[in-house]
Amino acid sequence: MKDLLAHFNKAFESKARLSIMSVLVVNESMNFNGLKDLLALTDGNLSTHLRALEDAGYVLVQKQFIGRKPNTTYQTTDAGRAAFTEHLNALEEFIKTL
Amino acid sequence: MNEHLQTLTEIRSLMERSSKFLSLSGLSGISAGVVAMIGSAVVYMRLRTDWLTVLSYDRLGQYGIDRFHEANLFLIKTALLVLVAALALGTFFTVRKARQQGQRVWNQASRRLLWAMAVPLVTGGIFCLALIHYRLLFMTAPTTLVFYGLALLNGSKYTVRDVEYLGYSEIALGLLALFLTGYNLLFWTIGFGVLHILYGTAMYWKYDRNTAPKTGVNPTS
Repeated sequence: MKDLLAHFNKAFESKARLSIMSVLVVNESMNFNGLKDLLALTDGNLSTHLRALEDAGYVLVQKQFIGRKPNTTYQTTDAGRAAFTEHLNALEEFIKTL
Repeated sequence: MNEHLQTLTEIRSLMERSSKFLSLSGLSGISAGVVAMIGSAVVYMRLRTDWLTVLSYDRLGQYGIDRFHEANLFLIKTALLVLVAALALGTFFTVRKARQQGQRVWNQASRRLLWAMAVPLVTGGIFCLALIHYRLLFMTAPTTLVFYGLALLNGSKYTVRDVEYLGYSEIALGLLALFLTGYNLLFWTIGFGVLHILYGTAMYWKYDRNTAPKTGVNPTS
């Protein structure tokens, strides 16, 4: 059991981060408001989680302006994708053993 | 452990919800089908020819030049009216369903769906204008079917799977109509009327029945 849990990724411990990753792996990119609508998180909460994922090197941030409005889009890095898949596999294995 | 299972279920739902527009209502399909049937009936009654051969190349060829222009104008007007009415009703039911599900209508998934469908549809529309320009009106019925089918096929990536099969059906019907030119109105009625009602009913049965009574539920919470 402990062995299986070893593959659980610390970066995805929070459900919000796992949710963010699951949206980003199926979408090429997603902007801040899109994520906010889907996950029903507050601005502050979402940006904190996004920063954590960015620091972990799992998410790539792109800031640009549409007219005068800032538009920040997020996408997963290859490392993020791999880590997410591994975490999901571990989760699946864990459930199977129960 | 139950918590982990729930997490997995939520992840799956998020992945699907974020990349696909799932609020497409079966009623949208049914209403579009009914509008198309009414349009076909109007055309049939106005041109007063037998059901099968109306709109065929031969039939239009028998008309004098004035009669041809008159029929031309009438058909184009009716077709545009049907298009506008079908789009309006279709949008209404889909917006209603999205509201009932507590979801946004205008999001990344719906934008992608619209764009994926718009490109083949506008291309088909311009193609039809060219056909009309060259007085090949009889070719527009199969052409609209084929391009509409391609639009559905392209858009199906961003919505429920049923749309893909509807797309294949429309394309097949359109291709058949290209060669069996005598049965344009019949093929058009089957493609835009009958198929919409069939698929709309199937989609309503599969996806809408369960969500309809639960108003104001927010699945994201």
